[in-house]
Amino acid sequence: MSLLDIKIGKSVKIVGFEGGKGLKTKMTRYGLYPGDIARLLRVAPFHGPVLIEVSGREIALGRGVAANVQVESI
Amino acid sequence: MRIALIGQPNCGKSTLFNQVAGYKAETGNFHGTTVTFTESKIRVAGEVVELVDLPGTYTLSGTNPAEAVAQEYLASRAVDIIINVMDASHLAQGLELTLELLPLNKPLILALNMMDEASRLGMKINGPALQEKLGVAVLPLIASKGRGIQNLFVTAKNAAHKGDALHPSDSLQPRDAIHRHSLADELARAIVVQGERHLTWRDRIDDLLLHPVWGYFALLAIMAVFFEIVYGLGSALERPVLTLFDQFSVYLTQHIGISTFWAELLNGLLQGISGGVAIVLPYLIPFLVGLGLMEDIGYLPRIAFLMDGLMHRLGLHGKAIVPFILGYGCNVPAVMSTRILEERQDRFIAAALAVLVPCAARLSVVFGLVAFYIGPLWALGIYLFNILIIALSGRILAYLLPEDTPGLILEMPTYRVPTLRAVVNKAWFRIREFTVEAWPLLIFGSIALSILNYFHVSGIFNMVVRPITWALDLPSEVGVPLIFGVLRKELSLVMLRQAVGVTDFSAALTQIQMVTFSVFVVFYIPCLATLSALRRELGWKTMLAIAGFTVVVALIAALLVRGFGFLV
Repeated sequence: MSLLDIKIGKSVKIVGFEGGKGLKTKMTRYGLYPGDIARLLRVAPFHGPVLIEVSGREIALGRGVAANVQVESI
Repeated sequence: MRIALIGQPNCGKSTLFNQVAGYKAETGNFHGTTVTFTESKIRVAGEVVELVDLPGTYTLSGTNPAEAVAQEYLASRAVDIIINVMDASHLAQGLELTLELLPLNKPLILALNMMDEASRLGMKINGPALQEKLGVAVLPLIASKGRGIQNLFVTAKNAAHKGDALHPSDSLQPRDAIHRHSLADELARAIVVQGERHLTWRDRIDDLLLHPVWGYFALLAIMAVFFEIVYGLGSALERPVLTLFDQFSVYLTQHIGISTFWAELLNGLLQGISGGVAIVLPYLIPFLVGLGLMEDIGYLPRIAFLMDGLMHRLGLHGKAIVPFILGYGCNVPAVMSTRILEERQDRFIAAALAVLVPCAARLSVVFGLVAFYIGPLWALGIYLFNILIIALSGRILAYLLPEDTPGLILEMPTYRVPTLRAVVNKAWFRIREFTVEAWPLLIFGSIALSILNYFHVSGIFNMVVRPITWALDLPSEVGVPLIFGVLRKELSLVMLRQAVGVTDFSAALTQIQMVTFSVFVVFYIPCLATLSALRRELGWKTMLAIAGFTVVVALIAALLVRGFGFLV
């Protein structure tokens, strides 16, 4: 299940990043690690990015990125 | 003694720096405003010390050029003490960088900035406990309001004099990045008590501004109001000031005569001065104040969030949004901000597109010519046309240079109430740049044109670019303004007045010629300062390639306008 498969307002646990080492490096650079709890706040229209909240910070992730963030329900 | 400010993006380092050093570093409520270091001498309790503001960095092992600046500075310069600034409302994130700084064994103190924001969020932070755990001084700070600054620097100075090396305990030395992440999280949990959170307008406003439908209406409304204010104030000033200068000019010619060398020279000087006062500044000032306000409130990243989907569809790179937005102020910081991108190819595309964004200087051409003589809606049309052309160019570049882009990752800053002082200082900082660097060039250019006219050699310049002016159906006299426009974009307009020999453009150019001219000016070769920024960031070859690319884009765009003109 990826970040694109959950409903707005739902909290999930990030379990991993797909799509090569590049994305993982980028996500950890922004302080996002497997094990973090993310809440989906908003989804922009026109196939736009998603907005998640992780420990009080709001981070926008483009569709391509969000599709590669693997999550599980908590 | 040298004190270095380091911290994660958008934690307020530059705000702190500007509070003590005067406005020298650009600030804004979004991530990655500072991409290079700024140094200044400041006085702390009677002692002069060197203070350096480093670009925001999430981690010391980061890979983009802005982060490399911070790492190299810490490694190569003699820094006596590091002030680690962090956003108190995002402690867990900030402490990750602290855990990387501890093993450097340099004197270090922590400044917990934005304490007001943290308490608004209901967080109670136990500073002494953190001090105990880390073994370094921890001080509260509200940099934007100037609170805690004095105490911070005096403490820093004293700690630097003592020069105690740190000996972080083993429990503070994480094995790897993941361990560091969880360690920082544990530390933050141990010292923060989360109380009741007071919801305010700041927490609600995104329900409107980022709404899937209303968000776009709000965006349009905000842009329309912004545009209307810039145009309203600008044209209200342009008219009377221009009339005043014209009367003065008529008075002079009556008393000195027209054809003498000195009269020509004086006329050139006057044109240069009046161009600055009457045409450029009236639009520049409201534009820069408005842009500064939107930057400090934190609205710009919201535009990125709303527009990313559309821009992607049109082929534009998602993360190129920061250089793109900065470009509306000035292309130079826009080109520099491409440093926040990791891949060289991304930087190339972002820079090539950012220089097509009409900066404040080109804004004065669009407003002073098109909005003033034809109407504000036409100016708005040029801006929209510009976005369309940039999107198409982006699509073509992305096609020619295929890459797998990871897409947008952008931190959404909390809305902040801008302080009057910061907005005024920022606008003044940018206007001063115009008056000190650009205006003399405008005056010099006007005088140069007078001399060329007097000796009847401007025709040679006009011949050189005649193929372009001919293709665009423009009078050959606009050749000189176009050539000199490479020095500064405002010169195109200021010199145009002189070149066509009238103060009222509508007497010399048709409306469609005005639009064609403006569109060409908006797109073709960026100004000298931007070219040199391109050379610094990406090298000579890329600079030339981008300059050539812009000429092609400008020609195509202007030809489209000309063709459209034939139809109507």
